[in-house]
Amino acid sequence: MSTPDSNRHFSILDQMPIAEAPNASLGSDRTIAVKLKVNETEHELQLEPCVTLLDTLREYLGLTGTKKGCDHGQCGACTVLVEGERVVSCLSLAAAHQGEEITTIEGLAKDNKLHPMQSAFIKHDGFQCGYCTPGQIMSAVGLIAEGQAQTDGEIKELMSGNICRCGAYLGILSAIKEVKEVTA
Amino acid sequence: MKHFTYERASDRTDAITQVAANPQAKFIAGGTNFMDMWKEGVETPERLIDIRKFPGEITVTDGTLRLDATTTNSQVAYHSQVRDRYPVLSEAILAGASPQLRNMATTGGNLMQRNRCSYFHDVSYPCNKRVPNSGCPAIEGINRMHAIFGTSDRCIAAHPSDMCVALAALGAVVQTRKPDGETRNIAFKDFHLLPGDTPHIETALEHGELIEAVEIPPLPWAKRSHYLKVRDRHSYAYALVSAAVALEIEGDKIVNARVAMGGVGTKPWRSPEAENALIGAKNNEESFIAAASAALEGAKPYQYNVFKIELAQSTLVQALLTVNSEQ
Repeated sequence: MSTPDSNRHFSILDQMPIAEAPNASLGSDRTIAVKLKVNETEHELQLEPCVTLLDTLREYLGLTGTKKGCDHGQCGACTVLVEGERVVSCLSLAAAHQGEEITTIEGLAKDNKLHPMQSAFIKHDGFQCGYCTPGQIMSAVGLIAEGQAQTDGEIKELMSGNICRCGAYLGILSAIKEVKEVTA
Repeated sequence: MKHFTYERASDRTDAITQVAANPQAKFIAGGTNFMDMWKEGVETPERLIDIRKFPGEITVTDGTLRLDATTTNSQVAYHSQVRDRYPVLSEAILAGASPQLRNMATTGGNLMQRNRCSYFHDVSYPCNKRVPNSGCPAIEGINRMHAIFGTSDRCIAAHPSDMCVALAALGAVVQTRKPDGETRNIAFKDFHLLPGDTPHIETALEHGELIEAVEIPPLPWAKRSHYLKVRDRHSYAYALVSAAVALEIEGDKIVNARVAMGGVGTKPWRSPEAENALIGAKNNEESFIAAASAALEGAKPYQYNVFKIELAQSTLVQALLTVNSEQ
């Protein structure tokens, strides 16, 4: 049975009022203007200061590729690039990234062509259920850019902020190694 | 989760003035530790003043290394001067957290991070740190991760930082600015406070006082230094125990030594006892075992963390052997 409420849940546009609801109920407007450049598109938002970058991407911008796992910075599923550096978006305040450039999994492919890391994850079976995959891929892209991982051991250590419960770690390692060799 | 207001400070004076004006205001930079605790309901500020975008430079003047408070953990750990001159600091930072968190977390924030006692983090339990005089369930509870040095009958939480253990060993100095404009240099050993009767007061800072930088003295022989961390899994976990060591060796004698331990103290635990045992001794395993034994004298274990005494001794010996074998 479908109710109006359950229909609402599936519309991204209809989620906008959800985000504004706390102000209405408290009768005071604490929202602040936040400008973010996400995947090369500028967005101007009115946000509660306490809204995380993760919730902003998912609930306000409809970019649900970035996943919410633990929401405490321990699993890495919410990894995005801020100004080219990998961070966990669940422990980031959107307001703190005013004017900064954010790249999410949706921003990696260009002109309908997958990013080399996305292709490599497919080729090497770097996932099973796929929930951690956007975070793994964003973290891997960040790792290559950092240039600190040379050996297998170093790649594993510098991917330790991303947990995969399916245990696809060997495929992930192979994928990263392939991209690293091509870009070296 | 309590709502808060937020503002990005224009400069240090603005930041200090704004925090000083509200007893419930806090500075925020990387926010990694704060956001976690805010979601748990442990941190409940009314106002956050953001200092993250302040310049974060690493500079060297007359051999002293200066880390601005807003330098990130990654920036410091991978800096060539840090890697060459203070390997113990680079290794300690890289042994902590994850790459994503290290890209966010700052030097000042690392000093200000709060402990990971599970009772402190669970607001359904009493905790003298969260609610003064409410009690400490850890003393009679599951205290495997807790401290064996510097505890009191009010709190036994271990200090969680790796970076701070290296900074304690290196004898760093914390530069701060107070709301009245006065600046001060706080010796690292005086920065974090023992819990005593007031475990809710964790540092020497007064409200509104801002960490501006951390300075590390030249210490040329710290090139021969090492951080060894032992944890329940290979990576991305807090220390059961850890050791930060540096040795200056002339011939077959140790002429200078620095020893600090993590995972064992309610604050980063420097061990003058171990240092005194090493200085003047021969650089061999026998001396290292004697120093490790001196370091753990006076340790007060609890029901589930008795293992930390032997583990800390072995970790110290291993770390000293590693440094000793370096040329």
